[in-house]
Amino acid sequence: MNEKSIVEQLEAQFGDQIVAVELDAIDQWIEIQPASLIEICQYLRDTDGIQLEMLNCITVVDYLQTDPKKAAKLDWEPHLEVVYHLSSISHKHSLVVKLKLDRWQDEDQQLLPDVPSVSQIWSTADWHEREVFDLSGVNFTGHPALKRILCPEDWVGYPLRKDYQMPQEYHGIRGR
Amino acid sequence: MSSQLDDQRIIEFDVRTDEMLVNMGPQHPSTHGVLRLVLRTDGEIISQVEPQIGYLHRCAEKIGENLTPRQWIPYTDRMDYLAGMNMNLGWALTVEKLMEHELSDKAKHLRVLIAELGRIASHLVGMGAYGLDLGTFSPFLYAFREREKILDLFEDVCGARLTYSYLTPGGATADLPPGWLERCQEFLDQFEPVIQEYHALLTTNAIFIKRTAGIGVMSAEMAIDYGCTGPVLRGSGVNHDLRFHGEEIYTEMYDGYIFDVVCEKDGSYPVDETYPPVPEDAVLGDCWHRFYVRMLEVVQSIKLVRQAMERYSSASGDWGIPIKLSQRLPAGEAYLETEAPRGQMGFYLVSDGTAIPWRVRARSSCFCNLSVTAPLCQGCLLADVPAIVGSLDVVMGEIDR
Repeated sequence: MNEKSIVEQLEAQFGDQIVAVELDAIDQWIEIQPASLIEICQYLRDTDGIQLEMLNCITVVDYLQTDPKKAAKLDWEPHLEVVYHLSSISHKHSLVVKLKLDRWQDEDQQLLPDVPSVSQIWSTADWHEREVFDLSGVNFTGHPALKRILCPEDWVGYPLRKDYQMPQEYHGIRGR
Repeated sequence: MSSQLDDQRIIEFDVRTDEMLVNMGPQHPSTHGVLRLVLRTDGEIISQVEPQIGYLHRCAEKIGENLTPRQWIPYTDRMDYLAGMNMNLGWALTVEKLMEHELSDKAKHLRVLIAELGRIASHLVGMGAYGLDLGTFSPFLYAFREREKILDLFEDVCGARLTYSYLTPGGATADLPPGWLERCQEFLDQFEPVIQEYHALLTTNAIFIKRTAGIGVMSAEMAIDYGCTGPVLRGSGVNHDLRFHGEEIYTEMYDGYIFDVVCEKDGSYPVDETYPPVPEDAVLGDCWHRFYVRMLEVVQSIKLVRQAMERYSSASGDWGIPIKLSQRLPAGEAYLETEAPRGQMGFYLVSDGTAIPWRVRARSSCFCNLSVTAPLCQGCLLADVPAIVGSLDVVMGEIDR
């Protein structure tokens, strides 16, 4: 089954849960509603003919232009994009699933955005989600032990956010 | 005394070993870099393992957001520093995928040649270090003796012995120097018979088999569930190698080459009378099989290098002129995984149309391979932990990025 027919099958099954479809891109992707992530992922993994049994990668891309001059010309609002790269070993095809999030839940920029965890579907998501939480600041609800993995536990901030500031000092070690 | 037992005999029946937390690493020599394992043990039995990683973290992805793709090549060297060439190749192909850059045939053959030599060098370290993990020193010396010759070849090509930065978006930084192919040929002729020594030292060694066969058994389903790739996945009997099953931009490099995916099928490996037989105690998916897959892959890589040399010398075109240092990238995104020696190394590149990527992501194969440690080590003996972690052949530089 090629990517196009997978997407058609998904659209028939989930309807308006699929927000956008891009089949002309280098890697074909679909964008879905965050709320139906678990349902769609379960479907993608378990349906005969699709069987995307491998979760290759979870990435978060931070869309925030920190330069106000450039930001004024942009046609998008600041947001986060969570990207799931899935592939099938039995059928040798792949699919990219994306979803969009607000950068923060609240105005004070204290509450991280929530996404349901897919670690129940693919065990490898456990570590990937911890890494994304650690570096990009996304809260995965339902994750068994969401804590920092690459940075020390007392690290402040999320380094892969575009507005991240390097700390001036960490336990007596001077930064910059 | 109040704490005195009424009946002294109870103590005889109720001798218990206390649960103990053992900290292994981060400097333990058998952990392939700075990996720390927190073990919860009950006597000799492991009840829980928690790998602690991040000691080499330098956020290479953030650095990639501030450099052009060609400037980032040296950072890929330092990920899997035992297979720098293969890391270069993965990133170079990702950039070319986004730019839709076409390579000449000669450049493709050059890349196959270099990448497969890199695979041999990497598997040699994997083999030697695995011997060290299990307490034998000699295989390490044998492995490094041959690896040294590959490093000499690489040094002739690019001047570096570890961090090559040789393969780069657009092709390679230089052509092969005169007389190099003859030296490479000489090395292969000398190296091929030596593999039997490795089999005698480790693969068929009775102690080695006792330490690895039937230990750390991982089913194919579990390997896929945990995102394991490369020899770890094929050691569980899954026929999946991106050189065959990957994306076109990668598989077209290997078009027309004759080689096999090394994985067990119906209880046996591809037939060759020089391969040692599978020992009776070995179970598909155990440490021995993961090790054996690497050993057989070395033989396949030798085959590939021989074919690539032949094709390279008769191919037309240039060796691949690198793109400009600050070449503007087209807006868009590309994700590509390649078959690095330790598994599927993925790079993800998001561009907003300037020369500097908006986002760079490295999907580490060892990161996923290591995440399976906790379930694999549960219930095993303390002495088996280095055997299991070593059989995954992880490199911390790539995990921590």
